[in-house]
Amino acid sequence: MTDQRSQAEIVRQSLKRRYRKERRFRAYGIMAIAIALGALIILFTDIIGKGYTGFVKTTITMDVQLDGGMMYLDDPTDERQIKMADFVEPLVQALIKEIPGATEEDRKQVRELINPYASVTLRDALKNNPEWLNTTRTLTFLTHTDVDVYVKHAGDGAYSIKLNEQQRAWVDDLLERNVVDTSFNNVFFSGGDSRDPSKAGIVGAIVGSLLTMFVTLILSFPIGVAAAIYLEEFAPQNRFTDFIEVNINNLAAVPSIIFGLLGLAVFINLFGMPRSVPVVGGLVLSLMTLPTIIISGRAAIKSVPPSIREAAEGIGASKMQVVLHHVLPLAMPGMLTGSIIGMAQALGETAPLLLIGMVAFIVDVPDGFFDSATVLPVQVFLWAGSPELAFIERASAAIMVLLTFLISMNALAIWMRKRLERRW
Amino acid sequence: MNSVNTTIASEATQPVETAVPVQESKPAETVIEEGKTVGNPFSNDPKFKLRDVEVFYGETRAIKKISLDIARNEVIAFIGPSGCGKSTFLRCLNRMNDSIDICRVNGTLQLDDHDIYDPKRDVVELRARVGMVFQKPNPFPKSIYDNVAYGPRIHGLANRKSDLDEIVESSLRKAGLWDEVKDRLDATATGMSGGQQQRLCIARAIAVSPEVVLMDEPCSALDPIATAKVEELIAELSESYTIVIVTHSMQQAARVSHRTAYFHLGHLVEVNETNKVFTSPEHELTESYITGRFG
Repeated sequence: MTDQRSQAEIVRQSLKRRYRKERRFRAYGIMAIAIALGALIILFTDIIGKGYTGFVKTTITMDVQLDGGMMYLDDPTDERQIKMADFVEPLVQALIKEIPGATEEDRKQVRELINPYASVTLRDALKNNPEWLNTTRTLTFLTHTDVDVYVKHAGDGAYSIKLNEQQRAWVDDLLERNVVDTSFNNVFFSGGDSRDPSKAGIVGAIVGSLLTMFVTLILSFPIGVAAAIYLEEFAPQNRFTDFIEVNINNLAAVPSIIFGLLGLAVFINLFGMPRSVPVVGGLVLSLMTLPTIIISGRAAIKSVPPSIREAAEGIGASKMQVVLHHVLPLAMPGMLTGSIIGMAQALGETAPLLLIGMVAFIVDVPDGFFDSATVLPVQVFLWAGSPELAFIERASAAIMVLLTFLISMNALAIWMRKRLERRW
Repeated sequence: MNSVNTTIASEATQPVETAVPVQESKPAETVIEEGKTVGNPFSNDPKFKLRDVEVFYGETRAIKKISLDIARNEVIAFIGPSGCGKSTFLRCLNRMNDSIDICRVNGTLQLDDHDIYDPKRDVVELRARVGMVFQKPNPFPKSIYDNVAYGPRIHGLANRKSDLDEIVESSLRKAGLWDEVKDRLDATATGMSGGQQQRLCIARAIAVSPEVVLMDEPCSALDPIATAKVEELIAELSESYTIVIVTHSMQQAARVSHRTAYFHLGHLVEVNETNKVFTSPEHELTESYITGRFG
């Protein structure tokens, strides 16, 4: 037995030790968070630093003389004539006029500054406005990708500049006079993929992702919630349900590429569904998301306090009513959070989609669930692996778009949880 | 007078049998005979007729051959030390034990001469007739109105909104809560004080017009003023309902009940008129308990 005084002394000494321990423990936590935040900051600065130029396009604005004789065109409403007409010549002539010192001899070099698709833009403009024929218009076109790269990355050793000395001098001059200018890259947000980086857009991939996600949500949310409710509320506790539970937990850890193989074998080879379509992608991703939704759903149901269940049963609510009126509304926020996180995982998934052919080069924006499509992460994969350096910044820009989607989905999950969560 | 069903000497002196062993101070010499209840456990006009009721949790026998009648419109209090089985026994009366997988009930339990545990019996109908109020106030996280209206809604007791309004109002009036909440029926019930929540739970239970109200320590989470209100309410309700109340407070049992049943280690030791139990208990265990020697 220690006397009163020395016991207090012992406690005081142990207190010091305890506080030291506590401080150390807190420092570990802060360190862990700092490391995580640091990694995030490095990731974001890298992606944004490499990718922000993807959101910038380089254009050239010039007075184009739409001379019918030069274009071999006298009726822009005539489909046949439009097809045969020469829309490159007016562009080249206009640019030669813009560049001081350029002559007819330089036409090949001048032509290389204009985007190959600029003539298509001019054709469409003329088709829509036939009265423009034989007038002079101030029009804006995309520059060639080589010019785009030169304008954005002139001093960057990572990019090889393909323009020759003469062309560089011209572009520098044009830039100074604002004939060549940079602006927000609306092309990136208005079209599908393209062989030409300046023309490549992300809309096809976004629409493909949305269609795929829609199929995934429609399938995995109701099935997942129903499975969670059954397993948690109605299933008898026996070997069989234990077996199911173990397997669901295992499925959540199965590598996603295996789901892709399954989709290839079952949906495409066995059921004969078409390749690279959002429906098959959605089916595969639902299989992948289901375990996540079921597990989070069961956890949410388990967290409903038994007193609420008892209260409802005590009044004479049937099992069904207890579940529908009380358990489900209270478990819903947790279930939704789990589902959104599962969906976010599915949105970022690439491997299984490669196997079912969603990796194809698809220029058109998909029209529906059975139209060939690709998705955002696969688009990133495609561009990142492209030999043309101009695609790298597009890939980074696409990553930013993908991350924006993911962050907003996760923010939505947090908001919903905060909003719908009830306290008792 | 006493139950004569079974008189096998019990092994009850070994306290390991109960789920919650609290009987360190139990006088070792007292032997309870199984199924033997002193006092006055039977009634001429029983609402509940319970014979040789046994409840098992897995291997553990929590209730040992209890026989008891609960009369119409009486208030009967169950008292006894923690873990003696009084709550378990109460929960048999509206089959709230059903949801516990390992729980098994033997014996005859009848409500108005109909078997409670008949497999064909609909438990929903039973619970509509035998309402329950729990130890911890457990209102639904909904509005006050919806809490009370929930029972009538699911049982289809009111076809029109006005009928439902009427039921809600009269239930809240009976629970003595109307004047406090009539202006905020749409407020969430979880924002009320503990005592108000418990009275709301009582209003919710009586909104479906049950014949019996089971109360499992309804005042254990309440302060003395709220407790007094609930007790007042029980006295009023006893005019039209049969009330079974489990309580740890002997004063409460003495104040509200007509008869008192003393449980001990899963046995029903003594049942008698309340004032008799508290003034001249017949069984020595009852006497030890009410004089505070253990429990």
